[in-house]
Amino acid sequence: MATLETAEDPNQRPPVIGPEHDEGQGPRRRDFLNIAAVAFAGVGGVAVVIPLVNQMNPSADVLALASIEVDLAKIEAGSGIKVAWRKQPVFVRNLTPAEIKEAKAVPVDSLRDPETLDARTKPGHENWLITMAVCTHLGCVPLGITPGENRGQFGGYFCPCHGSQYDTAGRIRAGPAPKNLVVPEYSFKSATSVQIG
Amino acid sequence: MSFPWAEHYAPKHPLMRYLDEKLPLPRLVYNAVGAGYPVPRNLNYFWNFGVLAGAALAIQIITGVILAMHYAANGTVAFDSVEHIMRDVNSGWLIRYAHANGASMFFIVVYTHIFRGLYYGSYKAPREMVWLLGVVIFLLMMATAFMGYVLPWGQMSFWGAQVITGFFSAIPVVGDPIRMWLLGGFAPDNDALNRFFSLHYLLPFVIAAVIVLHIWALHIPGSNNPTGVDVKGPQDTVPFHPYYTAKDGMGLGVFLIVFSLLLFFAPNALGHPDNYIPANPLSTPAHIVPEWYFLPFYAILKSFTGNFLGIAAKLWGVMAMFGSILLLFFLPWIDRSPIRSASYRPMYKWFFWVLVADVLFLGYLGQAEVTPTVVLLSQLCAGYYFSHFLIIIPLISKFEKPLPLPNSITEAVLGHPAPAAA
Repeated sequence: MATLETAEDPNQRPPVIGPEHDEGQGPRRRDFLNIAAVAFAGVGGVAVVIPLVNQMNPSADVLALASIEVDLAKIEAGSGIKVAWRKQPVFVRNLTPAEIKEAKAVPVDSLRDPETLDARTKPGHENWLITMAVCTHLGCVPLGITPGENRGQFGGYFCPCHGSQYDTAGRIRAGPAPKNLVVPEYSFKSATSVQIG
Repeated sequence: MSFPWAEHYAPKHPLMRYLDEKLPLPRLVYNAVGAGYPVPRNLNYFWNFGVLAGAALAIQIITGVILAMHYAANGTVAFDSVEHIMRDVNSGWLIRYAHANGASMFFIVVYTHIFRGLYYGSYKAPREMVWLLGVVIFLLMMATAFMGYVLPWGQMSFWGAQVITGFFSAIPVVGDPIRMWLLGGFAPDNDALNRFFSLHYLLPFVIAAVIVLHIWALHIPGSNNPTGVDVKGPQDTVPFHPYYTAKDGMGLGVFLIVFSLLLFFAPNALGHPDNYIPANPLSTPAHIVPEWYFLPFYAILKSFTGNFLGIAAKLWGVMAMFGSILLLFFLPWIDRSPIRSASYRPMYKWFFWVLVADVLFLGYLGQAEVTPTVVLLSQLCAGYYFSHFLIIIPLISKFEKPLPLPNSITEAVLGHPAPAAA
């Protein structure tokens, strides 16, 4: 009776015909079809999500990075300027001999992010310290480039946000910032002009 | 769920009977917040704050949609468009201040709501899911409030965006690409502002959806109560309507009075004056602080000043700050005491108030200028915050001797067992 009912049920799955592939005999070809169908839907889903996520990455106009040229002629020793590059501020400072001496006197091994002044300036232009004005902690602009601002106890820059202190070579000396102020890519076009970017 | 003695929905009007057969929406409302939902009879005024949070969200959505009719999400005009709302749009000043102070009111009621749950053990079984969904709502609220604060494009807006997206750059290897993805550039600019506008519009509706789940999850076991004792019978409950609709209405009135006082007499008291200066990407304000409702977490972030165990201070701070919130997800399993309400937990009660003081003091330290003393105090307070959850609560739940619980809610209310006939 029960067998007859199931046989007449139109929704009943047709019996699997085949010699070895019966229930409990390992995977059926239908299982493979299920996995293949779901896997393909998954691939399709990922292919849709990628552009939906990727649209938030920097757009072409943002990535079309212009480089800027900075005239150094009017920057006297011991002073510096702030210029905008890639929508971010950059410090351009003309170091005094005393500041250079101070930077060189620091034992490199004692630094959190060991780097010499020479590695952070161009050969023959070691008085020109060009760094991003972006604190490597959470991105504030450190004080110290404008006369009269707090330069911190190491005579370089002081970030007011969380108290990071940089020395005369822009190297991290105290506070929560993990790295030295980043030196952007730049080159000297002439003795008094650099191209940043 | 509702208790077996809940009143049954019985539509009288033919139209309501017709509707009940097709789409029983009035029945749903009746059983959710109407007379069909019995609630413990002893709830105090701390149980108002869920409804107040819902009201605060409604205020934010309504004023927000209106502000979006006049606001322009572009760096060159965003600041001016907000001033245009303040000066030219009819009642624009009122709606803008209502939205800005509404965020503060929202956090005030939600913090009270959270500490109510902490005190009365509302996160404990069988209400763990209510708590987990609540923490999700809290995270969404913070993300939403942050992006909203960026929109006026003042100095605090800009530098808040710089710093908060900077958190993600602390993640090793993938951090910088994630930050670039969030901002759509090297620094906050039009692209960032524009997407924050879109997401600030979207998230409140996600919050509303999670609130539906939050209420749903609550209505399975029903409300906790100040004794933490389970409901034992009909004498322990009263129908939600009219008893708690009236009480919540009273609380809502007080809430709106406080809100109005803030809105009309001190609309800028909780804001930061630097946000009335247009964003300047070349100069960080000398004293940058987040909105008051983020200060305790900000203090935890700032308390890490040295590298430790080979992990940079920056990453420690970010992990600790997010950890201080994510920790709450585990609270139902950290607190093993079977007693819910702190009223019957003499030791827990004491440490609960120390935690409240600790969080308030962290808030104070969050806005204080970074000096060695402030850093040291922040470290102590942040350390205490984590010890409370990771050391003190597990120890207390092991060693505490609870006070005798009342036999029932009714006994706690009347001071004696309910008469048999009641």
